[in-house]
Amino acid sequence: MHEEFTFGFPLLSLLLFLPLLGSFVIWAQHDVDLMKKSVLGIVGIELALAILLLWRFVSDSAAMQFSEHLNWIPPLGISYHLAVDGISVLFVGLTAFLMVMIVLYSWDTVQDNIKPYFMSLLALETTIIGVFVSIDLILFFVFWELMLIPSYFLIKLWGVGADRHYASLKYVLYTLLGSVFMLVGFALLSLNHHAVTGTYSFDLLDLLKVSVPVDQQIVIFWMIFLGLAFKAPIFPFHSWLPDALVQGPIGMSVVLAGIKLATYGFLRFSFPLLPEASTNQTVVVLVMALGLIAIVYGAVIAIIQTDFRRLLVFSSISHLGFVVIGLFALNFQGLQGSLLQMINLGFTTAGLFFLAGVLYERLGNTLIESGGGLAKRMPMLAIFMLIIGMASIGLPGTNGFIGEFLVLLGTFQAHWLYGLIAVSGVILAASYFLWYYERAIFGPLGSKVPAVLKDLTQRETLIAVSISVMIFWIGLYPSPFLRMINGSIQAVVLRLDQGLIANQIRANTVVAGVPIHSVEEETVGHMTISSHGKDES
Amino acid sequence: MMELLVILIPVFPLVAVLLNGLLGHRYSHDLAGRIAFGAVGLSFVCALMVFGHMLTTGAAYEVIAYSWIFGGELMVNLGFLIDPLTTIMLLVVTGVGFLIHVYSVGYMHGEEGFTRFFTYMNLFMVSMLLLVMGNNYLVLFIGWEGVGLCSYLLIGYYFDKVSAAKAASKAFVVNRIGDAGFLMAIFLVFANFQTLDYTKVFEQVGQLSTGTATAIALCLLVGAVGKSAQIPLYTWLPDAMEGPTPVSALIHAATMVTAGVYMVVRNHAIFDMAPMALTTVGWIGGITALFAASIGLVQNDIKRVLAYSTVSQLGYMFLACGIGAYTAAIFHLMTHAFFKALLFLSAGAVIHSLGGEQDIRKMGGLHSKIPMTYKVFLVGTLAIAGIPPLAGFWSKDEIMAHAFIHAHYGLYLLAAIGAFLTAFYMFRLTYVTFYGQSRMDPDVEHHVHESPGIMMKPLLVLAGLSVVGGFVGFPPEHGWFHGYLAKVATPVGALPHVVSLSLLLGLMSVAIAIALGGWGLAHYLYAVRPQAADDLATRVPGIYATLLNKYYVDEGYDRIIVEPCKRLGLIWDWLDRQIIDRCVRGIGHMTDVSACWITWTEKHVVYAGLNVIGYGNHLIAWSWRKLQTGMVHHYAAVIVVGFFLLVHVLLLWLTGASIL
Repeated sequence: MHEEFTFGFPLLSLLLFLPLLGSFVIWAQHDVDLMKKSVLGIVGIELALAILLLWRFVSDSAAMQFSEHLNWIPPLGISYHLAVDGISVLFVGLTAFLMVMIVLYSWDTVQDNIKPYFMSLLALETTIIGVFVSIDLILFFVFWELMLIPSYFLIKLWGVGADRHYASLKYVLYTLLGSVFMLVGFALLSLNHHAVTGTYSFDLLDLLKVSVPVDQQIVIFWMIFLGLAFKAPIFPFHSWLPDALVQGPIGMSVVLAGIKLATYGFLRFSFPLLPEASTNQTVVVLVMALGLIAIVYGAVIAIIQTDFRRLLVFSSISHLGFVVIGLFALNFQGLQGSLLQMINLGFTTAGLFFLAGVLYERLGNTLIESGGGLAKRMPMLAIFMLIIGMASIGLPGTNGFIGEFLVLLGTFQAHWLYGLIAVSGVILAASYFLWYYERAIFGPLGSKVPAVLKDLTQRETLIAVSISVMIFWIGLYPSPFLRMINGSIQAVVLRLDQGLIANQIRANTVVAGVPIHSVEEETVGHMTISSHGKDES
Repeated sequence: MMELLVILIPVFPLVAVLLNGLLGHRYSHDLAGRIAFGAVGLSFVCALMVFGHMLTTGAAYEVIAYSWIFGGELMVNLGFLIDPLTTIMLLVVTGVGFLIHVYSVGYMHGEEGFTRFFTYMNLFMVSMLLLVMGNNYLVLFIGWEGVGLCSYLLIGYYFDKVSAAKAASKAFVVNRIGDAGFLMAIFLVFANFQTLDYTKVFEQVGQLSTGTATAIALCLLVGAVGKSAQIPLYTWLPDAMEGPTPVSALIHAATMVTAGVYMVVRNHAIFDMAPMALTTVGWIGGITALFAASIGLVQNDIKRVLAYSTVSQLGYMFLACGIGAYTAAIFHLMTHAFFKALLFLSAGAVIHSLGGEQDIRKMGGLHSKIPMTYKVFLVGTLAIAGIPPLAGFWSKDEIMAHAFIHAHYGLYLLAAIGAFLTAFYMFRLTYVTFYGQSRMDPDVEHHVHESPGIMMKPLLVLAGLSVVGGFVGFPPEHGWFHGYLAKVATPVGALPHVVSLSLLLGLMSVAIAIALGGWGLAHYLYAVRPQAADDLATRVPGIYATLLNKYYVDEGYDRIIVEPCKRLGLIWDWLDRQIIDRCVRGIGHMTDVSACWITWTEKHVVYAGLNVIGYGNHLIAWSWRKLQTGMVHHYAAVIVVGFFLLVHVLLLWLTGASIL
C-alpha cells in the first residue's frame, strides 16, 4: 500500500477538475440545446478519461497509482495528494458512468432552471471524484463537505416532492453532523502523527507508517464511524434517506443510492489506519449487528411499501447492510465481495431508480395503485426492470450474485450465525421485489393506467441497455474487475490480520499480568515493519 | 474435440436465446420456432456423441471454460464435469426437452407471445444444462436459480392473469427458501474444504465428522426440497400449473423438479456419511409420496392431478435416495421424465382439443373423439401406475423392493399405499376424462379435434419410450443402467447383497397386485358404478373437503408466515417514521438546551485551548450563522455547532495533555 506509481501526466487532476471547468463553460452559454450537448460532451470526455484510467491501471497490485503530490499547507502536513488504488479506481469509473446516464436521463425530464441544474451536477461530479482520488485526509474531507452544496441545491430546487425543502436541509444537517466527528477523528490521527514523529501530517501514506495506541484507535474509529454511518447511511442513522431519495430529483437519488462513498471510507481509512480497533471484538460485534439488523429491517419494511421509490429506499438500506457485514467479516471474501457489491449497487439500485423515474414521468407518481399490468403497455420497461431487479436480488449470472455470494461467504466464515441471518435477506429480497412486480407490472391493466403510455424512449433504452451490459459483464466474466481490486484487498486483509494478532497478544498478556504499554511498543514495531502490503501480497 | 462438443451443448440454446430474444420480433414465428427446437436438437446430438464417447471410455473428465470468481483461497471456474451421471441427465434433458420444444411449436401456434415463450424455454435449457453439467457447486447454482427464473417467467407467461402472476411469484419465493439452504451448504463446503469443485470435495470427504456431514447434507436437503417440491415446500408446484402445458411437462415434471434428486445423488458421498440426514431424506420422500397422492385423489383439474402426481413421484425418488438406492432414483427420474412428459403433453392435447378446458367434470367420453390422444394418455397411465412391462413398473418396483430388502418396512408401506393410490387416481383421471357420458359444453364438443401432427409425433415417441424405457434397467439391480452408473451412484461402503429370486418375484407380484388393485377400484367407482364415487364423497364430507382443499396447507402458511411478515413490515415502517426519526431529532433538542453552556465553553475553553481545530470550528460556526437566517436554520446551526463542541470537550477530556 506504500508503493506509488506515477503516470507522467496529471490524469487524476484532469478527471477531478474537468467537470468543474465544464460547469463554468456552460455558464457562459445561452443556447439551451448547445448547452445540453456540451454537458453531454463534458461527461462523455470524463467517462473516456475514466476508461483510460481503468485501462492503464495495473491490476493485481496494491500500489497507489497515477499519484500526484503537491504541498498545500506544509506546516500542518496538508497536501494536494491524489492517487487511486484497487479500492478506489472502480468508483471513479462508476461515477463517470453514472453521470453520463444522469445527463442522458435529465435531457428532457428537467425543464426548469436547466442551466444551474447541469452546473450543480457537474460540480457534484468533481466533488465525488475528489472524494475517491484524495489520499490526503483533509483534501478528502474538503470534497466530502463540498459535495453537500450542489446536493443541497439539487434536492431543494429540482426535487419532485412537496417536502423537498425539508429533505434537503435534513440531508445536509445529518451529513454535517456526522462529518464533524469524522474531522475530529482525522485531527486526532494527525496529532498522533505529531506525537510520534514530531510533524503533522494528514497524508494517508504517512499516517499508515505510524501506529496509534489502541485506546485512541477505538475513539477515532467511532468518530470516523459516525461520519460514515450518517452518510452511508447505516441503520439507525438512515432517517434522512427516505426523505432525500423520495423528494429529490432522480439524478440525485441515483447518486445518493448508487455511489457508496461512505462504505468506501471504511476500506480507505478505518481499516488500514485503525486495524486494531477494526478487529476489536466489541466493535465488530456491534457493527455486524447493525448491518444484520439493516438487512432484515430494510427488507421487511420494503415488502409492504406501496410506493416504488420508497421500496427502493428500504431495499437500499437492506443492501447496504450486506455491504457492512461483508466489510466487518474482515476476511478476503467479505471485503472483496463488499467492495464489488458497492460497485454493483451503483448499477442495480441506480438502474432501478432510473426506471422509477420513467414511471414517474408517465404516471405522475410511482405508487403501485397507479400501475398494474404495465408489462402489456410498456414491455421494454418490464424486461429491463426484471433484469435489473433480478441483479439487485442477486440472481446468479448477474453482478449482484457475485457480490452477494462473496459477502455471504465471507460473513459465514466469520461466524455461521451471521451467515444464517444474512441469508434470510436473500429470501426477503425476492419477496419484496417480486411482490411489487406482480402487482404493478404483471396482472390485469390497472384502472388508473392512462390509455396512451409510451414505452422507453431511445435515450431511456440506452440507459437501461448500458446498465444491463454492465450487469451481465460483471456477472458472467468478473475477472478484470476482480483483478483490479484483489491486490488492494489483500493489502487491507494483511493489515487487519496484524491488528487481529496485536489484539490477541494484548489479550493474552493482560491475562498474564504484563503491563499493556510494553506490548504496544512491540506491536508498533511489528506493524511498521510489515505494513507495506505489496511486497507481501 | 470432446471438449468442444461439451461446451457446445449449452451454447446452442444460448445462441437461440440471443437470436430470438434480441431479433425475434424481426422474423416470423415459424422461423423462431425452428431456431428454438433446432438448437435443442443440436444439443441433443452433441449430448448423444458425448454419451457415445463415455460408453467407449467410461472415464469421467472435466472441461474448464474460464475462471469465473477468484481471490484469496477461492477459485471457481466455469467448468463442466462429464461422467456417467451427467450423460444420463444430459440425454434426458436434451432428449425430452427437444420433443417438448417440437410439440410446443404446435401447441403455442398463433400465440402473441410465441417468440417470448421460446426465448424463455431456451433460456431454461441453458440453465438446466449448466445445472447438470457444472463441475462445482457454484455452476450448479447458476443453473439452479436460472431454472427458477425461467420457471417464474413461464408460469407467469399469461402475466395479465392475476392467478398466473401470483403463482409465478410464489414459485420463485418458495424456491428461494430452498436456495438459501443450498447457499448455506455451499458455505459449509467451502469452510471445510476450501474448494467448491466436486472432485476435490469428494476426494476429501472422508475427513468430515458426522456432525459436519449431517449439517451439509441437511442444508443441501433444504435446497432439494424446495426445487423438487417436497414437504414442506411443495405448495408452489400445483400452482405452477398456471403456465402453458408444455412448460408443465418440461419444467414441472420432466426436468427442473428432478434437479433436487440429481443434486442429492451427485452429493451422495456426503449423504452417505450422514445417516441421520439420509433417513430424513427417505422419510420426507415417503411421506410426500403418500400425502401428495392422497390430494391427487379428488382434484378435478386435469393438470392439477398430474401436478400432485409429480410431487408424489418425486417423493419416490427421494425415498430411493434415502435408502441408498441412488441408481434406482435416477432410473425412476428417467422413466418418470418419459411418462410424465407424455401425460402432460397428452393432457395438453386434450386441453387443446377442447379449446382450453381443464376441468375433468366438463369432459367425458373423449376416447372415441380423439382416439390417438386417448391411446397415448393410456400408455402414460399404465406406465405410471406400474403395470408391467411398461417403464414405470421397473423403476418403481426397484425402489420398493430395495426398501423391503434393506428392511425399511415403514417406507415400504408408505410406498406401497402410495402406489395403490397412484394407480387409482390415474385411472380415475382416465375414466372420467375419456369414458362415460360426454359432459362437455355443446360448443366445445362441436369443435373437438385431434391435435396436429407436430404435436402428435413427439407424443408417439414419448409413448414408445414409456413402454420400452424400463428395459435399460432389466434385470432389476443388474441391468445395463446399473452397470453404467455403478461408479457414480453406488453408496460409500455398500456391501453386495444376495437376494433370492423368489423374494424378488414375490415383491414384484405384490407390486403388480397393488397396481391392479388401484386400477380395479377406479374401474369399479368410475366405470361400473359411476354414482359410487359421489356417494362416497358425501358420506365422508370432512375427509373429502380436507383433501379437496389440499389439507389447508396454503391457508396455514399464509396465516403463520406471510401475514405476520407483512404485519411486521407495517409495524416497523411506523416505527421508522415515528420513533427512529424522532429520536435523532430529539438529540438535537438536547443540544438546544445546552447551547448557552456550549457558547461559553467555546469562548473560554476550546477557543483558547485548541489552536487549529478550535479556529476552524469557530470559522465554520460563524459562517454557518451568517449563512442561515430564520428560526429553523438557526436551530440547525446550533445543533451542529453544539455537537462539534461537545465532541471537542470530550476529546480534551479523553486525550488530554498527552497529545497536546
